[in-house]
Amino acid sequence: MKFFSVENLGIRFGGVVAVDQVSFEVRRGEVYTIIGPNGAGKTTIFNLIGLIYPATSGRILYQGRELSGSKPHRVAELGIARTFQNIELFEHATVLQNLLIGRHRYRSTALWQELAFTPAVRHAERAQREAVEKVIEFLDLQHYRDSMVAGLPYGVRKVIELGRALATEPKLLLLDEPSSGLNPEETNEMAFWIEDIKKGLGITVLMVEHDMSLVQRVSDRVLALNEGRAIAEGTPAQVQSHPAVIEAYLGSKEPA
Amino acid sequence: MVGLLQLLVAGVSLGCVYALVALGFVLIYKATETVNFAQGDLMMLGAFFALTASVILGWPYWATIVFAVLVMAAVGMLAERLVLRPVLGQPAFTVVMITIGVGYVLRGLVTMVPGWGTETYQIPTPFSEDVWRLGGVILPVQQLMVIAMTAGLCALLYLFFRFSRLGVAMQATSQNQLAAYYMGIPVRRVNMMIWGISAGVAAFAGILLAPVTFVHSNMGFIGLKAFPAAVVGGFGSVPGAIAGGLIIGVVEALAGFYLPEGFKDVAAYVVVLAVLLIRPSGIFGETGRKKV
Amino acid sequence: MRFVFKTDYAQDIRLVKHGGHVIWYGLLGVVLLAAPWWASEYVMSQLHFICIYSIVGFGLMLLTGFTGQVSLGHAAFLAVGAYTEALLQAAGVPFFISISCAAIFSAAAGIIIGLPALRLKGIYLAIATLAFNVIVEEIITRWHKLTGGNEGKHLKPVEIFGWKLESDAEFYYLCLALTVICCLACVNLLRSPTGRAFVAIRDSEISASCLGVNLAKVKTMSFAISAALTGVGGALYAHKLAFISPEQFTLFQSIELLTIVILGGIGFLHGAVLGAAFIIVLPQVISIAKDWLPEGSAPSGLQAVVFGLILILFIIFEPLGLYGRWLKIRTWFELFPFYRRGMFRRQKSYMKSERLR
Repeated sequence: MKFFSVENLGIRFGGVVAVDQVSFEVRRGEVYTIIGPNGAGKTTIFNLIGLIYPATSGRILYQGRELSGSKPHRVAELGIARTFQNIELFEHATVLQNLLIGRHRYRSTALWQELAFTPAVRHAERAQREAVEKVIEFLDLQHYRDSMVAGLPYGVRKVIELGRALATEPKLLLLDEPSSGLNPEETNEMAFWIEDIKKGLGITVLMVEHDMSLVQRVSDRVLALNEGRAIAEGTPAQVQSHPAVIEAYLGSKEPA
Repeated sequence: MVGLLQLLVAGVSLGCVYALVALGFVLIYKATETVNFAQGDLMMLGAFFALTASVILGWPYWATIVFAVLVMAAVGMLAERLVLRPVLGQPAFTVVMITIGVGYVLRGLVTMVPGWGTETYQIPTPFSEDVWRLGGVILPVQQLMVIAMTAGLCALLYLFFRFSRLGVAMQATSQNQLAAYYMGIPVRRVNMMIWGISAGVAAFAGILLAPVTFVHSNMGFIGLKAFPAAVVGGFGSVPGAIAGGLIIGVVEALAGFYLPEGFKDVAAYVVVLAVLLIRPSGIFGETGRKKV
Repeated sequence: MRFVFKTDYAQDIRLVKHGGHVIWYGLLGVVLLAAPWWASEYVMSQLHFICIYSIVGFGLMLLTGFTGQVSLGHAAFLAVGAYTEALLQAAGVPFFISISCAAIFSAAAGIIIGLPALRLKGIYLAIATLAFNVIVEEIITRWHKLTGGNEGKHLKPVEIFGWKLESDAEFYYLCLALTVICCLACVNLLRSPTGRAFVAIRDSEISASCLGVNLAKVKTMSFAISAALTGVGGALYAHKLAFISPEQFTLFQSIELLTIVILGGIGFLHGAVLGAAFIIVLPQVISIAKDWLPEGSAPSGLQAVVFGLILILFIIFEPLGLYGRWLKIRTWFELFPFYRRGMFRRQKSYMKSERLR
């Protein structure tokens, strides 16, 4: 049984075909990256997997079960988490609260218990707090625990976004351009974290990325997209030297 | 049949007033994404200015219209400068509450002015009592003039926005303010002018409404019905505001006649709830999605 | 300068964050419990209203301040609660059952408007709730047989297990007890998963649903709980006035409720109480100022002007509301002398189209 696969996935917005018959498979425990020029449909694929947009064709299979037709919150409950390209954090809450919301799928108490704050709720809250602390330690966010997200710098927010996704204890993590907007040191740290996530936490990573050095460093396999269609797949080295990929990024050599 | 036609004309006539109020705040919404809950009260203030010019100063009808529209345009621009500009950029909910506050202030001020107060007044019009007879159908000239004048104003506005840079500038500022700034659009001046135009349109609506509801400090509540009108037509669409207003006017007229008592007052709100459930973007509105 | 040093997760979870809380809230508790002794009859009456509006404020704060769903029609829930209480009391139902029913029926009304409103955001939601308010008001007016229409309904004093609460003090303790219970319920809710889900929905619906928050369920829950609290407030409101009629539950009442929440400080539960107190005290202050008006002006206009002006000025200059101002003052004392003037300043924001949210 394939861990995660996408078959002939497609979506059109009116007359525009954003994603056109894309198929790929992600094996358990690997880091699989999707690259492509802007507008190639990479983030759209993420939105399709996250069931934010309904696909107009194809299917998404996760651990043998078909995802399409469910609601977005079901995706999280199945163990798929994602980060967003344009950071969708909860601005008017503290970092701790953001991470705790990531634990939402592990809640075990009913409404009436919460209203009265029974010992069961207190116990559950403590457990969530401990789980979140592990993520804070992993990402070195101790300094920012009680800060409001609204005032924090961009680099830190990216890390918090990652932390929130990790707090859900996913089996599959979708990272949407994790290094965009980060300086070289921060990108370096991000690379270490992705490796740690893969080896230390055993989480499968599906990533969209532009930074080729990062792609080279952490990915096991790469898929190249252009204009909604898959044009090459293989190891990072293979894809980067593929003629179709070079043409997509740099254009072809015109006869003089 | 005859009755139905008369009913329809009455409905369309009232609908024109709703359409004008809706037009006023759709203009503001398009430019600033602000919903102006004080639109009805601007209309009321416009009617009072017209009253002052007409009754107290004794000017002819057409002069009072021009006077009221110009004065209210100034008031609108002043309101934008004083009250809306400080909160430029804040979430829509905040700005809505400010406009509600403005509405309260306007109503309160009007009742406090000696000579206006809480009384009800009438503005004399050149065609108050005349009727047209078209083969058995009796149509009050007043209603027909409302329709005609509304149509005239709409044509004027259409020409203005089509052939001036203001219309395009409006759309830019409403969709992404920061980018509009970068493009060299004087965002704050554009907003101020839109408020001026909107208030002027509201004043026009107030004068047209005066013969129906008479002029008093609470006449702005009719403005609330403009919300259903704007929603039905499609929030953010100018032809939608007109269409929505007419629809609501006709629905109300029909409900008042065919349905039991009390339905007339809620007809507009039932319609708007139905539209919101089925097709929130209204007739002419567009739906957009945020790109994440 | 106070420094809270955390050594245990329980400190993050529990309500009382440090010793200062115990002292000040304890003091407040003593003052409130002793009210019948130090307060005049007039002040007691105002305290009744403050408690009632606080409860309603909690409800609206939960929905609008914490879940981000704007409601311009909360007076409808107030009406449902008030009329349920009136009708059940007339039918001889004991108080605790009738007030529970008021909460339940209001919650049902909350679900009725909440379910269709799931897809609506921002101004559309506001207009939908406005329409709901007008329709409910009209139903109450027209359904003469049940509600008495415009003639309204009278209520007898609250009777608990045969004991009539006829004095000011007795009714006050009832209101106070219910206010404290509602407050605790809200606070508990906000520090548990459901409360956090509310905040998540307010700030970013898309990422909330990607984290496993069932938007439909949580939004509806928020509407229901908010309406239930407002219903309880409505029941007490009905008893306080001893007479209810449709004109007490108009759009203007809804706007007043929303103003309580905004003036108090949106996003803070304390704001509900502060806002309620402010709104109750305001008319007294205005009537004192009425003596300075010029001849010929209607005094009722002054109230509207002041109300509107205060709303405008608060939103422009004190967007965090009364509680926000209190926070700034308290932080000044706590950080003395290191308080920096720009600490609470909001970053300049540019308006982005919310139509694409």
